[in-house]
Amino acid sequence: MRIPCPHCGSRGHDEFAYYGDAAPQRPDPAAADAERAFCEYVYLRDNPAGVHRELWYHAHGCQSWLIVERDTRSHAIGRVLDARARLDGAP
Amino acid sequence: MRYSIFTLLAHAVAGNRRWPPAWRDAEPKTAYDVVIVGGGGHGLATAYYLARVHGITNVAVLEKSWIGSGSVGRNTTIIRSNYLLPGNIPFYEWSLKLWEGLEQDINYNAMVSQRGTLNLFHTDAQRDAFVRRGNAMRLHEVDAELLDLAALRRFVPFLDFDNARFPIRGGMLQRRGGTVRHDAVAWGYARAADRLGVDIIQNCEVTGIRIERGRAVGVETSRGYIAAGKVGLACAGDSSRVAAMAGLRLPIESHVLQAFVTEGLKPVVPCVITFGAGHFYVSQSDKGSLVFGGDLDGYNSYAQRGNLPTVEDVCESGMALMPCLGRVRMLRSWGGIMDMSMDGSPIIDRTLVERLYLNAGWCYGGFKATPASGWCFAHLLARDEPHPVGAAYRLDRFAAGRVIDEKGQGPHPNRH
Repeated sequence: MRIPCPHCGSRGHDEFAYYGDAAPQRPDPAAADAERAFCEYVYLRDNPAGVHRELWYHAHGCQSWLIVERDTRSHAIGRVLDARARLDGAP
Repeated sequence: MRYSIFTLLAHAVAGNRRWPPAWRDAEPKTAYDVVIVGGGGHGLATAYYLARVHGITNVAVLEKSWIGSGSVGRNTTIIRSNYLLPGNIPFYEWSLKLWEGLEQDINYNAMVSQRGTLNLFHTDAQRDAFVRRGNAMRLHEVDAELLDLAALRRFVPFLDFDNARFPIRGGMLQRRGGTVRHDAVAWGYARAADRLGVDIIQNCEVTGIRIERGRAVGVETSRGYIAAGKVGLACAGDSSRVAAMAGLRLPIESHVLQAFVTEGLKPVVPCVITFGAGHFYVSQSDKGSLVFGGDLDGYNSYAQRGNLPTVEDVCESGMALMPCLGRVRMLRSWGGIMDMSMDGSPIIDRTLVERLYLNAGWCYGGFKATPASGWCFAHLLARDEPHPVGAAYRLDRFAAGRVIDEKGQGPHPNRH
């Protein structure tokens, strides 16, 4: 399984460290339902059999965090973005 | 028909043409008292104990494929109860005790071989950790022994004792651990449950869970709707997919674990051996093949196959442990779907949907748990309360801070 790093090109997945689902967003600790929201954020996952947007860290390369769209049934990889794109409003 | 030396001889004399099927190919009824989703080891064991221990026989096991097609038919066959934490030890020890009596109980040869499980250690700190684990086991009246180098050289002389990088310092041995023939477990439980009236229904995929006024009332399947008094999910790596049919999200990620089998060899490995300097475990089957495995690949997967870097890592660990493997040929490799939980420990509990029960989160350690998982899940389904040895496997333990984290890795499924 090769991951096309936007900075380094196509690299074997063993150059990367896998974090997990990119969807969970850290909740507001001041919100009324913060305890429940944090428990869901830390522990509950969609775990889909299908397209999964996930975070990989290019540990043995540019050391960027990447958001990778990958189908968990076939390992086929779609879009790959540097996670910095989230600072500009990407999901 | 009971299997015995007499029926074996009688059928042999008759040319082996009239063996009855081991279980009926039952047509699904329109309703059951209990529907178990998932015809793997745990689902089948649950059905058997529901019938035998609780007298509940109006039960169906629904399997989307053929029974044994999942992890129960593809694992590395290890049984043991050498766990560290008090939430785990009594459960796995109960499972080991059930393994010890299983073949007589279900009248099926599962080749339960208590050849011993040996955990090697390579540093002083690791030795301390295993001493702690062994003492934890002893406190629960479970057998554990510490072997020094001299004892290891007598027991497993083929290991690389002179390895400068990973010197072997000793090992912890559980003599009552060992291996079991995995296919036989699926078939044995299926046959035993069927004989008590349970319907084993293959090629029947659950496509929906019908919920009325907050209560599960039945399942939509590829073979029609089936009403159920209670629905028990035992779907292993597919647990999140099926739980989502009831609107539930689980603390689980599905990950690929690879396993490997070599060509047949003359007897070399007398027990199960685990390497301490890397995640690697090996045993030798009665056909002579070495059966071994190691770490997860590390990423979510439903593909039932992994990738080559993991193959390389596992083989490197094997070579570090037993350089004599260098010329051995690998015959087969495969991957399965592991329901990795957020603390590395399983869940046997009710859910927020009434009459819907969950058995999941077995990570890569579900096979040894098969009897106790079935026992506890049957108890929960029959009595609506957890069995004492499985009482810590609550779904709400994550919210309550009562995680059972043997490896101390936190909420990262791929690290457990």
